[in-house]
Amino acid sequence: MTRSSGWPGAVGVAARGWGWRYATRRAWAVRGVDLDVAPGERVLLLGSSGSGKSTLLAGLAGLLDPGEGADDGTGEEEGSLHLDGVPARVARRRAVAGGAARTGLLLQDPLAQTVLARCGDDVAFGLENHAVPTVEIWPRVEAAMRGVAFPYPTAHPTDQLSGGERQRLALAGVIALRPGLLLLDEPSAMLDEPGTRMLREQVAAVLAATGATCVLVEHRLAGWIDLVDRVVVLDRTGGIAADGPPVTVFAAHGAALAAGGVWVPGHEPWRGAGPPRTPPATAPPGDGEMLLQARGLTATRRARARAGLPPVVAGIDVTVAAGRALCVLGDNGTGKSTLALTLAGLERPVAGEVVAGPRLAAGLRSPSPHRWRPRELVSRIGTVFQDPEHQIVATTVAAEIAVGPRRAGVPAADVEARVEELLGRMRLEHVARANPFTLSGGEQRRLSVAAVLAARPRVLVLDEPTFGQDARTWDALVALLRELIAAGHGVVAVTHDAPLAGVLGDAVLRLGSEHPDRGREEPRVGAA
Amino acid sequence: MTGALDRGVDAAAYAARANPVAKLAVGLSIAVAMVLSLDPVTAGTALLLEVVALPWCGLSPVALARRSWVALVAALAAGVGTALFGSGDPQAAAAVTARILAVTLPGVVLLATTDPTDLADALAQVLRLPHRFVLAALAATRLLGVLSDEWAVLGLARRARGLGGGGPLGRLRDHLGRILALLVVAVRRATVLATAMEARGFGAATRRTWARPSRLHPSDAVVAGYGLLVAVAATAAGVAAGTWHLVLT
Repeated sequence: MTRSSGWPGAVGVAARGWGWRYATRRAWAVRGVDLDVAPGERVLLLGSSGSGKSTLLAGLAGLLDPGEGADDGTGEEEGSLHLDGVPARVARRRAVAGGAARTGLLLQDPLAQTVLARCGDDVAFGLENHAVPTVEIWPRVEAAMRGVAFPYPTAHPTDQLSGGERQRLALAGVIALRPGLLLLDEPSAMLDEPGTRMLREQVAAVLAATGATCVLVEHRLAGWIDLVDRVVVLDRTGGIAADGPPVTVFAAHGAALAAGGVWVPGHEPWRGAGPPRTPPATAPPGDGEMLLQARGLTATRRARARAGLPPVVAGIDVTVAAGRALCVLGDNGTGKSTLALTLAGLERPVAGEVVAGPRLAAGLRSPSPHRWRPRELVSRIGTVFQDPEHQIVATTVAAEIAVGPRRAGVPAADVEARVEELLGRMRLEHVARANPFTLSGGEQRRLSVAAVLAARPRVLVLDEPTFGQDARTWDALVALLRELIAAGHGVVAVTHDAPLAGVLGDAVLRLGSEHPDRGREEPRVGAA
Repeated sequence: MTGALDRGVDAAAYAARANPVAKLAVGLSIAVAMVLSLDPVTAGTALLLEVVALPWCGLSPVALARRSWVALVAALAAGVGTALFGSGDPQAAAAVTARILAVTLPGVVLLATTDPTDLADALAQVLRLPHRFVLAALAATRLLGVLSDEWAVLGLARRARGLGGGGPLGRLRDHLGRILALLVVAVRRATVLATAMEARGFGAATRRTWARPSRLHPSDAVVAGYGLLVAVAATAAGVAAGTWHLVLT
């Protein structure tokens, strides 16, 4: 019995014609998977969205249970999925009873993975569930936290962690269980570049130290690619589309994968986007006209102000002009989103002011956007939130697009015409009657932009528009934004996506990272 | 290990340090005594004995005022209401006010000095409540903080979409929509959290160990005993003064 001192060893995977259908869905989430992963192998799992990558990981983690009867479990299974010769589900149960996990799963959303209020308790949670003796728990918690270079003590409150720190804490919780198979489901999709880099380094260190098997799902491959020795591509229609060493798979399928939205190194969409900011042949209408201006602006989020924390951005002077893009860059916690929300008239300035240009404010009582009524705001400044789900207000895609223009008082016939046009333009016709919450990430992003554009605002403010998006959506967004700029709109894009700023930006405002209170970070929408 | 508590709370104070179950017992004993009779002497004695014990509870006057002003306002309003519209008897009014305060004060102290994690540990280990429910509820309380941030963002997002404003009816409709949106977000987050918990072995076995053992100490008996003393002394005082009447009969 070495389970309390040593690592139990890497796990091998064998899938035979495996498939899973969720009880709530008609279509199979994944089907016909034949896959062998040797102990210690590191596999990158690719596939377009909807090809069942996350379902396969959940299956490997032993979390999918068809149950006994028809209504018993959470879905229907076919074929087999074995870990070291034992069904994954059984392996999980035995592992919990035996005190050492076989698999460890790290998910995408940092905020939703923290279980407890104190960092140490959160790491200990899995050990408690595996009935590890109390005397062994704290040494293993501390070792796991050291293993991911976690910068805080065990008593540190989890609600003060940034997204990147949360992911590392979740990773510590996973490795404390010494799993022989590490399952990573887009672990860096919601992290900024420094957070991603740190996480990648920690994962590499853990794999090197333990020799565990690893199955990784990621869209943005840069950096992760060096960690894996094999790439497996799931086919959307079932089965495996490609399988082999990264170099071979990318040489043979790179272009096809990129066209399917995967961020394949060497096939990034900006390579086709032409030179950054080609000057338009004709000047955009109203070129350079001042639309919005911040003067000596100090801004904070209401929640932050209530908590007695200092403002995140101070002393900002910036102008949004027609036919120009302003890119606001900076890492998480530097106040990019706060600045954007204040420019967009959603948050009230703490000091200084935001004023609209005479044309934008025409017919209104006040030049300050935060004083405008919602229906006045919607046709003048459009805001695209980082998480599209936050701005969904209707039950169908078509109705969602109609909300803005209707609120702005556009006649019904015109509203319909705008909806039709945007459905086509944003490739959303096939889901026009669907509930917005059921759309894929890329579709939701396109919908959120369409819904804002429908009210024809002169100024467009976008908060991390490319966050977590696949390469195809990225490309489509960039094309659209360039078109809007050429048509005389003013665009503000808050982003830590440097290539986006590269292809858009006339003006770049870089917010510093040396903020006194960097730890605190708001939900993924509004990274302070 | 009391990172979740506010400033103004001294977690090392005698009663604050007690096992949450002991603090619960105090509240329960006093509540039973207060339910049995509604009279100014019983309620007043209980309140007096509680106030006497406050210095050992670790709450600064400011922290206490901040947490109990709602109860204070409610107690006074109920007292004034009784005096004006009820029996008109000032004694009954005093009884109502003192009773509300006597019942809420132990609750205020419990909530202010107890970390939710410690409470859950005590409920599951000392009282042996089913740990699955206790831990699921604990995880949900943490999610509440996340949801309050989401609520603020949803408000901004709706304004950006042109919703809100325009009359009380419009505002009500907008609020309902915002609540609905929050529910959707909450279910999403809860689903991911449940997956993350299960992936770390939660709910797979009936046996589990505890990283933070929650045990009863002699000092917990002192705290719980004081609660019982308050209940008994208050009742005795009421009986002695002849004001004590069993409400249930």
